[in-house]
Amino acid sequence: MNISDLTDRFGLLAVGLVAFVAILLALYGLAELASRRDRSRAVAAVFLAPAVVFLLVGLVYPAVRTFVMSFFSGDGTEFVGLENYSWAVTNPDALQVLVNTAMWIIIVPLLSTAVGLVYAVLIDGRRGERTYKALVFLPMGISFVGASIIWKFVYQYTGSGDQIGLLNQLLVWIGAQPVNWLNESPWNNFLLMVVLIWIEVGFATVVLSAALKGVPTEIVEAARIDGASPSEIFWNVTVPSIRSAIVVVAVTVFIATLKLFDIVRAMTGGHHGTDVLAHNMWDQAFRLGNDGRGATMAVLLFALVIPVVIYQVRNMRRQELEAR
Amino acid sequence: MSKTRRISCLAAAASAIALAAAACGAPEEEGDDRGAVPDDATDCANYEQYGDLEGETISILGSIRDTEADEMMEAWSYFESCTGAVIEYEGSGEFESDMKVRVDGGNAPDIALFPQPGLMSNFADSLVPASEEVTSLATEGWTEDWLNYGTIDGTLYAAPHSSNAKSFIWYSPSFFSDNGYEVPQTWDELIALSDTIAADGITPWCVGFESGGATGWPGTDWIEDIVLREGTDVYDQWVTHQIPFNDPQIVTAIDKAGTILQNPDYVYNGTDTISSTPFQEAGYPILDGNCAMHRQASFYGAMWPADTEVSETGDVFAFRFPESNEGDNTMLVGGEFVAAFDDSESTEMVRQFLASELYHNARLQTGPWSTARQGVDPNNATTPINVFATEILTDPEVTVRFDGSDLMPGEVGASSFWTGMVQWADGDKTSQQMADDIEASWP
Repeated sequence: MNISDLTDRFGLLAVGLVAFVAILLALYGLAELASRRDRSRAVAAVFLAPAVVFLLVGLVYPAVRTFVMSFFSGDGTEFVGLENYSWAVTNPDALQVLVNTAMWIIIVPLLSTAVGLVYAVLIDGRRGERTYKALVFLPMGISFVGASIIWKFVYQYTGSGDQIGLLNQLLVWIGAQPVNWLNESPWNNFLLMVVLIWIEVGFATVVLSAALKGVPTEIVEAARIDGASPSEIFWNVTVPSIRSAIVVVAVTVFIATLKLFDIVRAMTGGHHGTDVLAHNMWDQAFRLGNDGRGATMAVLLFALVIPVVIYQVRNMRRQELEAR
Repeated sequence: MSKTRRISCLAAAASAIALAAAACGAPEEEGDDRGAVPDDATDCANYEQYGDLEGETISILGSIRDTEADEMMEAWSYFESCTGAVIEYEGSGEFESDMKVRVDGGNAPDIALFPQPGLMSNFADSLVPASEEVTSLATEGWTEDWLNYGTIDGTLYAAPHSSNAKSFIWYSPSFFSDNGYEVPQTWDELIALSDTIAADGITPWCVGFESGGATGWPGTDWIEDIVLREGTDVYDQWVTHQIPFNDPQIVTAIDKAGTILQNPDYVYNGTDTISSTPFQEAGYPILDGNCAMHRQASFYGAMWPADTEVSETGDVFAFRFPESNEGDNTMLVGGEFVAAFDDSESTEMVRQFLASELYHNARLQTGPWSTARQGVDPNNATTPINVFATEILTDPEVTVRFDGSDLMPGEVGASSFWTGMVQWADGDKTSQQMADDIEASWP
């Protein structure tokens, strides 16, 4: 591509942007001309309109269409009612996907938050706290696919010759037989979870460590004077004080886990019983060409997120009320 | 070339073993594998029929990548320089999903090279049928067996592109002649030979089904080879689901595969290593004399270690999978089909060019490749195994059937059939259970 091509493209983009701004200004001018009583409403409408249009086109319409598609056959031509949903809860492969997803969303947020919390408490106030924090935070900077490839090397198995995978070489050193880790269902699911936990622990540690700094030292000292043991202080003073931070971390990791696609795609492609909802949704719709089932998986995914979002919104609202 | 080749690229690249280059069809030493492109192919007089396409751009999407794509584009370059057309090729590692997204989004390429006829038929509504000229080129160039796979509901849409022979068994010619073994011509001879080799203290077979996310596909080729040799009618009915996957004939064929694959005396390192042995390296023990035979398609010729001589008089070569019924002459194949989503003059000319003898002869010489185009000189192929494969593929006497798992729906051919083979090889499922489960997954 030469420079004139680029100017052609970006020139067009610039014209588009200028036209967009000009139209907005013109509408704004019109709104200003409206009578004083309607003015603020008209101005609000002009400025809200683009956002509303984008939301309708980019979010509401696809969501409604996906929902409708989930009641149609694979090629989208025939209405099949609830057949796709009954497939999702009766077909052994689809059930495996749901079971795997359930394992992921229980184990990953729990372990990430727990490990992050323990780590944050252990390093709190120590010398070199920043270094420890930076070390555990580093994986956060790696993309999911990058992390998956790193771990794939750890689990790598070769049928003959030297093992190049770390885990299998360790086995060879202690005199055991190498294992084809990523093919061993259901244990391979846990090996994949390790990758996400490895990434998310850094996030949990940083947020929870900041929250720990906010726990008033007076309370901790008072508890200590009253004779509370360190574990009692931890469970009855520290944890309740940072409860909202723990919830935020757990919910964030939960949603990230539910949407998980990259790790499964890069490490096993969903084979050997490791498929999860978000990956199977893509697999059904794009690789296997079954739009109906793909849409059904998307709807199930959406249904699983809703309760968490509601909980999170309520939580935030309560906090706002408390803050007032 | 076809699904299997792409998978091999993925698997090899993902595991980052030294094989990566070889698995993707890269010649080890470029000079050795490249012949002189025939004068015909470089002479612009031969391109006059395509007219002046100055300023035209044709986009092509395919699953071929890396060195093989470079070699393919080299064969196109003479067309480009003589007609003035520009061919923009894009090789995708996610061909199936990319195609669907692009076609659904109204952004289809002008031409797509489909490695799976089944996938192509999903897009029949958007495809441009073959013109009279393309049809006559295709009829002149390929046998009816081949054209059937480019035909949807009685209309020819696509001429084939590359082809590879899948019914190959790799062996060491010197090991065979030293021990006085004969290349078997029938299934019974194959079993008799396996018994003889086993009795001589060598495990006759090397088998490996591991291929990363696609583990199990080498097993599907085994079953296809055996079903095909039970009868082409049974094969066609099986692939198109006119008989169920768990039909007794198919279960019998799976059991027949089991006489080799589930026989502990036959399989090197034991049958329980089949599903964890990477297919790329599975045949290597032949070089050390640890096993005698390995069933894999013609593209395996590019996967042997660098210093292996792949020829009839060298370290390894292949013989054809033996027939079960006397008088049969069958070959399981893979390949691509040239389908168009655009009806412009320039696209039409490229389609005609890609179906021409001129192109196929030139392509044979730009790198390891094989084709079923009638009229090409097989000796133009750059490696002995590709000469052998092209000889068989262009022989009109040979009955050709396309890789069944590429014709079955994705849920089966690219999913449950693979996993079924793994579970069967591991001994977790009997032939009947495996067939029942695959039948249940048929959409």
